[in-house]
Amino acid sequence: MDAVTASEKRIMEPEKEQCMQSTRAEAAAAEAKMGVEGLNLYYGEFHALKDVTLDFPKNEVTALIGPSGCGKSTLLKTLNRMNDLMDGCRVDGCVSLDGDDIYGDLPVNDLRRRVGMVFQQPNPFPMSIYDNIAFGPRTHGIKGKEELDVIVEQSLRNAAIWDEVKDRLKKSALGLSGGQQQRLCIARALAVQPEVLLLDESTSALDPISTAKIEDLVIELASKYTVIMVTHNMLQAIRVSTKTAFFLLGEMVEAGDTDALFTHPKDSRTADYVSGRFG
Amino acid sequence: MTSKILRTLVYVGTILTTLVLAGIVGYILINGIPHLKPSLFEWTYTSENVSLMPALIDTILMALLALALSVPTGVGAAIYLVEYARSSSRFVRAVRMTAETLQGIPSIIYGLFGLLFFTTMLGWGLSLISGACTLAIMVLPVVMRTTEEALLAVPESYKQGGFALGAGHVRTIFRCVLPSALPGIVGGVLLALGRCVGEVAALLFTAGTVAQIPDFGGQGIFAIFDSCRTLAVHMYVLASEGLHMDETYATAVVLLILIVILNMGANFAAKRLKRGM
Amino acid sequence: MLFTLAAAISILAVALICVFLFANGLPAMFQIGIPEFLLGTTWKPGSGMYGIFPMIVGSIYVTAGAILVGVPAGILTAIYLSRFAGSRVASVLRPGIELLAGIPSVVYGFFGLMVLVPFIRMTMPGRGLSLLAASLLLGIMILPTIITVAKNALDAVPRSYYEGALALGATHERAVFRILVPAAFSGIMAAVVLGVGRAIGETMAVVMVAGNQPVIPNSIFDGVRTMTANIVLEMGYAADLHRGALIATGVVLFVFIMLISLLFSAIKKRGEER
Repeated sequence: MDAVTASEKRIMEPEKEQCMQSTRAEAAAAEAKMGVEGLNLYYGEFHALKDVTLDFPKNEVTALIGPSGCGKSTLLKTLNRMNDLMDGCRVDGCVSLDGDDIYGDLPVNDLRRRVGMVFQQPNPFPMSIYDNIAFGPRTHGIKGKEELDVIVEQSLRNAAIWDEVKDRLKKSALGLSGGQQQRLCIARALAVQPEVLLLDESTSALDPISTAKIEDLVIELASKYTVIMVTHNMLQAIRVSTKTAFFLLGEMVEAGDTDALFTHPKDSRTADYVSGRFG
Repeated sequence: MTSKILRTLVYVGTILTTLVLAGIVGYILINGIPHLKPSLFEWTYTSENVSLMPALIDTILMALLALALSVPTGVGAAIYLVEYARSSSRFVRAVRMTAETLQGIPSIIYGLFGLLFFTTMLGWGLSLISGACTLAIMVLPVVMRTTEEALLAVPESYKQGGFALGAGHVRTIFRCVLPSALPGIVGGVLLALGRCVGEVAALLFTAGTVAQIPDFGGQGIFAIFDSCRTLAVHMYVLASEGLHMDETYATAVVLLILIVILNMGANFAAKRLKRGM
Repeated sequence: MLFTLAAAISILAVALICVFLFANGLPAMFQIGIPEFLLGTTWKPGSGMYGIFPMIVGSIYVTAGAILVGVPAGILTAIYLSRFAGSRVASVLRPGIELLAGIPSVVYGFFGLMVLVPFIRMTMPGRGLSLLAASLLLGIMILPTIITVAKNALDAVPRSYYEGALALGATHERAVFRILVPAAFSGIMAAVVLGVGRAIGETMAVVMVAGNQPVIPNSIFDGVRTMTANIVLEMGYAADLHRGALIATGVVLFVFIMLISLLFSAIKKRGEER
């Protein structure tokens, strides 16, 4: 119980002001869609993220890489506040979306509409394909059938799965293959017209062919959305992302242009990791 | 908006449930506790002093006898299902199906069966033993199911440990598996005990309503063929006679206390089971 | 070998129950005439009239009433316990509900007789001993069954469904009612069916509050007699055909229970296939 109240008071006033100043500076740069600054995150006693500062450029794919347990997934979850669900999780520092502090006045449900998320395991709801896609728009007040029909088709087309499912929209989503389910989940996230899309190792549970389809899709989506993906697959980061950040033991070691980071890493730990010396 | 309505609904439903629970228990306690007089615990029942002591003793005898019959059977059946049976066999499916069926049968049907079989057919009359046999069948599925769950929760490694030491299958079961499943089994037995204590419909026509302790001193073992009334039956008779309402409330309090003790015991056993793992 | 024998006891028990019930009930049913027995509306053992239709209707009415009372409150409480309650509240409520499940039906019946019946008599038409009283009381009695089974079903829904809904911007309530409750639907239905089984089989509590007139009630304030009540009220002194007719009432009740448990396993099976 104590931990919950602590996490509700997670932003202390002085830090908030600091945050507003820096986001004004970021807005001037006009490049970053989201950003974190001086972010520290604790699970109870465990210090999971240590003073992370990082920008996510608009309409580009940013990849977060690092060995498991390095905090990359944790960082992703702070971006749409899914970490609120974790017991005893406490956040210090600033996370901004278009310069607004997302731990401030922004209602969490609006935040999650604007910052969509696709999980590691495909998690379609146990209902029809159509209802899966329509759930989000309905949540945000769209009730008209024609309007929903348009959104469903558009979202499925954007997720490159329309042709495979258009004849079985009323069938259960659980009957789809793993790769199809994951693209359905991407379509479901797109249906609420998010601005940012978070992918949490979203291909790790899939076969190579499905993975390739989703990678192509992500590259395409980057023209309209800001994509932030966690991956344990360095080749995937190289193929898909334009910016990469490398994490180790809760610290952000290095971030920058993907090609540069992989070919000329500045930090020796990054060099060790990208050349395959860590797990 | 809708969220608020839904949340309110959930809270209202829960508060209603809680109020009903607290209301029933509170009402019985408030009206019953003042009437828990020493005279209610006299050794004999008379129509002036409707002592609940004979019924209390009868309840204990009845429950112990019923458990003595159903626990070995239920535990044995569960051991068979978990340790020996192949789940595909027709026999196993029949056992599971009939156990489920037994669980769904209402107590009045058990009462009818007990009347037809133990009381009439076997000629045991309205007696302690007829009632206990009827209850034993009634609680058999409870013992079986909880024991099965407890056995399934025992890690496979315990068993392999037993086998590795060269112990036989039966020996492994009794030395390695059963001890670690014991809290779960005890929990099930306490649940079964609770059902025995609260039962009326199955006993009215099998054990009868005679408010005295079977005369084991005079008749020895044949006293099990005496009729007797358990506490719950006693309470039903008092309530339907309508002459001794104060004593009825007091009896209800004693019943509630018994149930609370049994529930607490079962919860304690469940905790032990979890911690033991 | 001994273990096998123990396992066989439950088969033997069901077989014996069926044989004795049917062997003693069916002849009476045939002697009375099956249509006269099942559809006859007059129960007057003194004049040799054995129609149990009012009791069948009575059981169905009382059960339906119990469902109306117990199911909404039970499911909402299950939702609360599964998805709203803090651990401290839950640790108080859960044993409370276990206690509610353990209270003997005769105590419930007595509570109904002393509280519900007088309350209905004072505030509403009729004598208080009524369909309404029986429905309310049974509704309360099936609460623990419904809460426990429905809560287990809700707890079993994968966490990823809930997270998925929240990630789309759904509120906690919307995620619970639109995703979790539908996902647990078959389990919740199983809870309702189990509740039906308990309500239709309940005897002592109903006898004490229902009035027990063997007549089809015209309103919820009229008395009603269920099949279970019919047996328990008259078995003590019945003989010959009267006794047979009561056992045959048990047979009809048994068939009802079998149908309900078939329905239950069908729902459970469907839930597992999903």
